[in-house]
Amino acid sequence: MSIYIDTGTRLLVQGITGRDGSFHTRQAIEYGTRVVAGVTPGKGGTTFEGVPIFNTVEEAVLATHANTSVIYVPPLFAADAIMEAAAAAIPMIVCITEGVPVLDMTRVYPYVKEHGARLIGPNCPGLISPGASKVGIIPGRICAPGPIGLVSRSGTLTYEVVNQLTKAGLGQTTCVGIGGDPINGTNFVDCLEAFQADPATEAVVMIGEIGGSDEQDAADFVRAKMTKPVVGFIAGRTAPPGRRMGHAGAIVGGAGQTAADKVNALRAAGIPVADRPVDVVGLVRERMSSTVAK
Amino acid sequence: MNIHEYQAKELLRASGIPVPPGEVATTPEQAEAIAKRFGGTVVVKAQVHAGGRGKAGGVKLAKSPTEAREVAAKILALTIKGLPVHKVLVTPAAEIVHEAYVGLILDRVCKRALFMVSPAGGIDIEEVAASTPEKIRRLPVDPRYGLLPFEALSLGYFLYKEASKARAAARIMAQLYNAFQSAGASLAEINPLVTQPDGSLIAVDAKMVIDDNGLERSPAIAALRDESSEDPSEIAARKANLTFIKLDGNVGCVVNGAGLAMATMDLVQYYGGQPANFLDIGGSSNPEKVVNALKIITADPKVRVILFNIFGGITRTDDVANGIVQALDQSPPTVPLVIRLTGTNEEQAVKILAARGLSAMTDMDAAVRQAVKLGAAA
Repeated sequence: MSIYIDTGTRLLVQGITGRDGSFHTRQAIEYGTRVVAGVTPGKGGTTFEGVPIFNTVEEAVLATHANTSVIYVPPLFAADAIMEAAAAAIPMIVCITEGVPVLDMTRVYPYVKEHGARLIGPNCPGLISPGASKVGIIPGRICAPGPIGLVSRSGTLTYEVVNQLTKAGLGQTTCVGIGGDPINGTNFVDCLEAFQADPATEAVVMIGEIGGSDEQDAADFVRAKMTKPVVGFIAGRTAPPGRRMGHAGAIVGGAGQTAADKVNALRAAGIPVADRPVDVVGLVRERMSSTVAK
Repeated sequence: MNIHEYQAKELLRASGIPVPPGEVATTPEQAEAIAKRFGGTVVVKAQVHAGGRGKAGGVKLAKSPTEAREVAAKILALTIKGLPVHKVLVTPAAEIVHEAYVGLILDRVCKRALFMVSPAGGIDIEEVAASTPEKIRRLPVDPRYGLLPFEALSLGYFLYKEASKARAAARIMAQLYNAFQSAGASLAEINPLVTQPDGSLIAVDAKMVIDDNGLERSPAIAALRDESSEDPSEIAARKANLTFIKLDGNVGCVVNGAGLAMATMDLVQYYGGQPANFLDIGGSSNPEKVVNALKIITADPKVRVILFNIFGGITRTDDVANGIVQALDQSPPTVPLVIRLTGTNEEQAVKILAARGLSAMTDMDAAVRQAVKLGAAA
């Protein structure tokens, strides 16, 4: 089992013929993801690696019944691509593109909600349900099927932690990168709720960072609603205030947004927080065994 | 992207908001000439991308053109929060009856543009929020409809009792929203919005921050960037498509991915060291990026050791290894390198480095410990 994507995922790739889109489409096919369609305006009627290409998302959905879309289009066109997917009634939209103007996202967010779709990202590595489906750019070989759910605002830091989990024999149900932008479609609470409801997930790792208050909301949710153990890590303890640390959303912009604030909020909710990435595995093991003992 | 006060005021003026006249001077003599043209008392204001200009001595009144020249000379010699002042704005001093605050930000919690207004203007809005939060009114704008007239008017009435002023303020709110949208801003602030003795409103100080992501759409806005007001290493990094932030420590960091870069800096500090920078070489890194990254880091004389932390997902670690070798060929750094790489094409990377007599580690924790040790020993 898993959350958001599984063996029933029928993937559409928006921007399938671009540099990133073509590379990661090959990787996804190799991993076993069912890539059913691609969209590149002007290239409708052709194919890529045997996948039919359409001019519009609407045509692609009618012809292939795609139920998930992944977006690799350039930043200034990403908002339109997301809304096109939502308008075509695709329920799961994953936007990998980095650098989408935040004002664009203020329009995209309510549009996606109105159309009943879930958006993951933008500026995210996507998600993977090991052994079942891979949507986005998380390298398949560092993951393995297992009982851990993982949700993160980061890309490579996620790989670092997933790699350690896998090496320690702790496979994953689903790893979700929700992205580092200030306005994104899916937050920690959404993923925690899904992991809590997923029978195969036994424990959750959440990787947060400076900026915003999503981690605090997650802490409140864990305290009130979660029975499964959660372990945290927060990046950006050394980040100077007021500076954007690479991710558009990683900026300490006011009260409660520092790494220390977030670590305190998680710990106050009973969530152990690793001081070093290498400590995550130990904390997960500890919490899993104590939960079983209860 | 930060823009200067005088540039923000130009954008506000273009959208119809009343702004006092003002001209920019780069020399004391120019400031004197401008003050002479305006006549009467002027304010000379440092144009620099830093808050707290007033407290740092960067904003001064001048009662005569001679005095304007003198204070301009002092201000142009200032460095405020590490940034040298190259320009001053000379503007007639406003007569102030009342000061209000009007701000518009992109708010991540409500996921909308959010107005924040307060009748207690002229000071930091953070102070008002902390001491008298009831004096701040917040209004998120639905992007589908924009700022509706009744919303603008309700903000106006929160600031002023008189209908005429409330209406004038409402007009300014609508104009500010338009300026914010067309500039692709993430913040626009009028502080103070001044009531003059005749009852009219005027934006005496203004600040705008532009979202870099949208700059490609509006070349006119992109042209407002003032590179003389930025750290040279950060300009070099931007041109090389790297994200770089200079810090005070001695462990230079080259990392792929922002989250891993932050975690690497944190780990340096955990082991008792101090990071010299944040640097993200991004996802699909070509060797050229690594060469540029090394140039930028070694330009900092404080750096005693350079730590590479590369987790190859999309990034191919052999690309990074080639970049390191090329950089060493061009200009061998005088400080030791600690290289941690793992992931995609790791075996090739290790071979490439070994051929140059370099060894690579695979464990992040061990590599950071090693870098901190070398930084402390140097």
